[in-house]
Amino acid sequence: MKVLVAVKRVVDYNVKIRVKADKSGVETANVKMSMNPFDEIGVEEAVRLKEAGTATEIVAVSIGPQACQETIRTALAMGADRGILVKTDDEVQPLGVAKIFKALVEKEAPDLVLMGKQAIDDDSNQTGQMLAGLLGWPQATFLSKVELGDGSATMTREIDGGLETISVKMPCVGTVDLRLNTPRYASLPNIMKAKKKPIETIELGDLGVDTAPRLTTVSVEDPPARQAGVMVPDVAALVDKLRNEAKVI
Amino acid sequence: MSILVIADHDTTAVRQSTLATMTAAGQIGGDVTVLVAGEGCKAAAEDAAKLPGVAKVLCCDSPLYAHHLAESFAALILGIAKDYTHVLAPAVTMGKNTLPRVAALLDVAMLSDISGVVDADTFVRPIYAGNAMATVKSADAIKIITVRGASFDKAEHGSGSATVEDLAPAEDPGLSSFVGQELSKSERPELTSARVVVSGGRGMGSGENFHHIEKLADQLGGAVGASRAAVDAGYAPNDFQVGQTGKIVAPDLYVAVGISGAIQHLAGMKDSKVIVAINKDEEAPIFQVADYGLVADLFEAVPALEAELAKG
Ligand SMILES: Cc1cc2nc3c(=O)[nH]c(=O)nc-3n(C[C@H](O)[C@H](O)[C@H](O)COP(=O)(O)OP(=O)(O)OC[C@H]3O[C@@H](n4cnc5c(N)ncnc54)[C@H](O)[C@@H]3O)c2cc1C
Ligand SMILES: Nc1ncnc2c1ncn2[C@@H]1O[C@H](COP(=O)(O)O)[C@@H](O)[C@H]1O
Repeated sequence: MKVLVAVKRVVDYNVKIRVKADKSGVETANVKMSMNPFDEIGVEEAVRLKEAGTATEIVAVSIGPQACQETIRTALAMGADRGILVKTDDEVQPLGVAKIFKALVEKEAPDLVLMGKQAIDDDSNQTGQMLAGLLGWPQATFLSKVELGDGSATMTREIDGGLETISVKMPCVGTVDLRLNTPRYASLPNIMKAKKKPIETIELGDLGVDTAPRLTTVSVEDPPARQAGVMVPDVAALVDKLRNEAKVI
Repeated sequence: MSILVIADHDTTAVRQSTLATMTAAGQIGGDVTVLVAGEGCKAAAEDAAKLPGVAKVLCCDSPLYAHHLAESFAALILGIAKDYTHVLAPAVTMGKNTLPRVAALLDVAMLSDISGVVDADTFVRPIYAGNAMATVKSADAIKIITVRGASFDKAEHGSGSATVEDLAPAEDPGLSSFVGQELSKSERPELTSARVVVSGGRGMGSGENFHHIEKLADQLGGAVGASRAAVDAGYAPNDFQVGQTGKIVAPDLYVAVGISGAIQHLAGMKDSKVIVAINKDEEAPIFQVADYGLVADLFEAVPALEAELAKG
């Protein structure tokens, strides 16, 4: 069974981002970049499926500039077998990403595509659902447990009120949530081994997919700042403030 | 402008998230149709007819939509979406799961989790865990949108009197089926619409200690929330998580106990009206957003707070 896993290169989750002075976006030059945390969970799940003998091949895919090679290398060091970089310096929005993945799925014929529930830069939470729709495949979003069977999969999802289990036909698209697993750190020998694993580079233009952005960013601004608060000396003072100043209790 | 609002409901009534979505629809302006789909959802459709500004309610009562599985539900929405300029749903599991699929099948982009309406084509949405606000304009003929409940007032319910029409189910694509669910039961108000939220973090130290949070929430008539670290440690169920990847809340009062204030947590609560933080580390970043900060050991402060509140 072949698994395609999406790995997006994003600003590291620990970085305090800064909005550009001209309001055109967020400063990404000279900022630490990492694999989207949800995608690490996707890679980990794929590797576990391989270790369990369910998956036979794991292909890690990233779309973006040349530097996304590093993100793919991280996935290879965690245990993916090979990588595909779809190279472009242009912005690709979720619908475009989904269309690119559709083209790759048609080429690679995987049984399962794993993506993150959301990318922590655009916070869209769209791409996996869009890909499943374009392929006419079922989708299992916000996964907290994956059990693959013969021709179908039993998937447990994090939903508003708790957990839901559904059964979906294979092939399918899964999007992973935080509690599915804890991703491993790549060991030094595996990082060395990953350097020899193949990465295929495809120029976006050669795929013949329309990825022109449909959404235009008019401006990006800082969120409204909160007024500085006060420290209270003790519980009695706190309750007094809440009752008589804020009037919320 | 003609707007389709996909209702979030519990089969008997629409949920608060739907009221916020109606407010967003009102700000876009135009005729509003509400779709209520589910199994045995006639009462919810009647309830939706009382939403302010609603012109028509479409009720699709079928076991096919009992759990809003994305494949069949998207097929239903697709069948009618072409009649509208905007399709809106609350940014709850149902909306987040289904609408991107609808958008892709219509070959249009989607706007997730909007927090503001500028005009019929232009919307504000948080990015980078709410550390930046993007104003985004859509060029598509149909705008597919999910609405952040905490960012819009709840529409005043009860003034509308729309007609309810039955809508026939769409063909079942037969790709998925419901197996079961485990829902956390609680008598407390719902987290995303509660007036008061009391949240505990890793500082609580154990699931046992987490009962302090519950007791405090009950005294204040509030809901219970948690940080991711508290959920991961098993102190609280996953649907209690507040933050970038959990629930977004904006109550009148948010009390954070033993929570450090990581940006991913702040993303879910920094729009609360009044924020109280109790933490023993005076450097904890949560104090930078708190209106009232108390540097104290929570195992002393929380029982003292309970006693002080009990005095009335
Ligand atoms: C992709 C991604 C998404 C995430 N999404 C979320 C999310 O949605 N929500 C979320 O909350 N987190 C999220 N996180 C995790 C987040 O980064 C933090 O790790 C988490 O919020 C920390 O939780 P905490 O504050 O409870 O724990 P800690 O950071 O460990 O803080 C515990 C606090 O308790 C205090 N404390 C300890 N003992 C006591 C005591 N006796 N009395 C008083 N104070 C005490 C400590 O001083 C400390 O400040 C996400 C992370 C990633 C990578
Ligand atoms: N440029 C990209 N390259 C690889 N994967 C991507 C890219 N953009 C989005 N994805 C995948 O889609 C998921 C959801 O992204 P989003 O819909 O943008 O929140 C991510 O976690 C990735 O798995």
